[in-house]
Amino acid sequence: MTAGRRGRAAGPLLLLALVVVTLAPFAELFVTALHPPGTYPRGLTWPEDPHWSNFATAFRSARVDRLLVSSGLVVLCAVPATLALAVPAGYALGHLRFPGHRVVFGLFALGLVLPLEAVVTPLYHQVRDLGLLNTRCGLVTALVAVHLPFAVFWMRAHFAGASRELSDGARLDGAGPWQLFRRVHLPLARPAASSLAVLLCAWTWNHFLLAIVLVDDPEQRTAAGVLGAFQGRWGTDVPLLCAGTLLILAPVLPAFALLHRRVSADVVRAALTKD
Amino acid sequence: MSRLVGWLFVLPALSVYAVFVLRPLALTVQYSLYRWDGIGPSTWVGWDNYLAVLTEPDLVGAIGHALVLVVIFTGVPLCLGLPAAAVLRRATGGRAVRAVLLLPQAVPLVAAGFAWSLLLSSTGAVNRLLAAVGLDGVTRAWLGDSSTALAAVGVIGAWALLGLCTTLLLVGVDRIDPALHEAARLDGAGPWQEFRAVTLPGVRRELGVCATVTTTAALASFDVVYVTTQGGPGNATAVPGLEVFSLAFAQREVGLASALAVVLVVLVLAVVAPVLRWSR
Repeated sequence: MTAGRRGRAAGPLLLLALVVVTLAPFAELFVTALHPPGTYPRGLTWPEDPHWSNFATAFRSARVDRLLVSSGLVVLCAVPATLALAVPAGYALGHLRFPGHRVVFGLFALGLVLPLEAVVTPLYHQVRDLGLLNTRCGLVTALVAVHLPFAVFWMRAHFAGASRELSDGARLDGAGPWQLFRRVHLPLARPAASSLAVLLCAWTWNHFLLAIVLVDDPEQRTAAGVLGAFQGRWGTDVPLLCAGTLLILAPVLPAFALLHRRVSADVVRAALTKD
Repeated sequence: MSRLVGWLFVLPALSVYAVFVLRPLALTVQYSLYRWDGIGPSTWVGWDNYLAVLTEPDLVGAIGHALVLVVIFTGVPLCLGLPAAAVLRRATGGRAVRAVLLLPQAVPLVAAGFAWSLLLSSTGAVNRLLAAVGLDGVTRAWLGDSSTALAAVGVIGAWALLGLCTTLLLVGVDRIDPALHEAARLDGAGPWQEFRAVTLPGVRRELGVCATVTTTAALASFDVVYVTTQGGPGNATAVPGLEVFSLAFAQREVGLASALAVVLVVLVLAVVAPVLRWSR
């Protein structure tokens, strides 16, 4: 009996501990951002005199508005492009099952576990030879390519469950392959595609390695790549660094919080779909 | 003919992927057999770069560190995530907890690494907490001490992956037929036996997916190390990702960097393949 009671108390305590640990870094960034600029505050202490102006200072001195617009542009180009490529590919691999689809899927599956380090050096040379180094276009193209395996995998998982009867019916009604996709299956794929879009937005916004390798100018990088540059600029000014970091995180967090339920349900479905 | 139309749908994605991922991958394999500074002429060196990767202490050490990270990145989220999922299944307010646990997935690892480096600093919150409970003796700059830095990096990675693993495991736990738990208890199974006989087999596939994600993240880790320790102190947290980056772009040893990258790919496949086979 006591063991049972202890067990019942242990569960919520575990959850509480995990929630506290998960939130601790966010709390640390927040309270540190309110300390006087140029100080090195002790961990997780509320300042006597909160410097809310740090956020404004960080915003101005790092030109956060420009950085946000720039990262936003990268996201706005990369995510629709990834979707435009991945949705038809997922349809072909999951629903049409054309001859050779297994080989193609195998190639994409390799990309799912491929460490980025394995392609980054030649990718740099290739982007340089194309004259796209230090351009947003080069970064966007590379990001689209490295996110394609997951996006294709995700959309394939959706289309694998698409109704064959529906397709057969539409074909009998005279729909060609393109109409079948465009008018029948694409509208049904909208929920899966929009969850994918949320994930891709977050990943693009948060992508680091390609951003620092392919683009020297922080103002053309992704948000995470910008953070790397922040450390150079304010290396010693921890409160401003925290304020700047929070400003960069701010756009993604609310979107993710609002959408997390749909997305997490979809993540699970995609991850666990079998052939 | 009509069956071949699928190729038209897949070709655009496949060609972008082939040009910007598969071609670079093939080039990495090619570079790995040459000595090249990235600009001038290259010389064929055969397997020499691979020999260097497998014998130079710095590079072998980096691979060893990556394997340690695999254990931490995988072990901590699974050991905490599975009980958390079991509790969350019945807990009230579980939805809010799930949302909070997934938050780390929405922030760049660079930001997480920075925040954790404050928490783990010598005057940071972790040390203040330890001092408050009378453990002054163990306080230190966790990321600056060569005996703890790698573990500290591991903790940051585990923090980032915990929520994702919990969410995935929750699905598996949810799917288990309650009658199985009932039957186990009627047969006189204790909590541990019940866990071994019912829960663990029930979430096998989810465990496989989690382990694949965490293993890949550990072997390819770069962001956290780059922002917290840059591989230091000394070489205590040097990982292959960081070595590839600095060899290729700072030291201009493209061939060696490529060989290390190829070894990393082989390592990922060698670890992931058995995990996926086990979980099927």
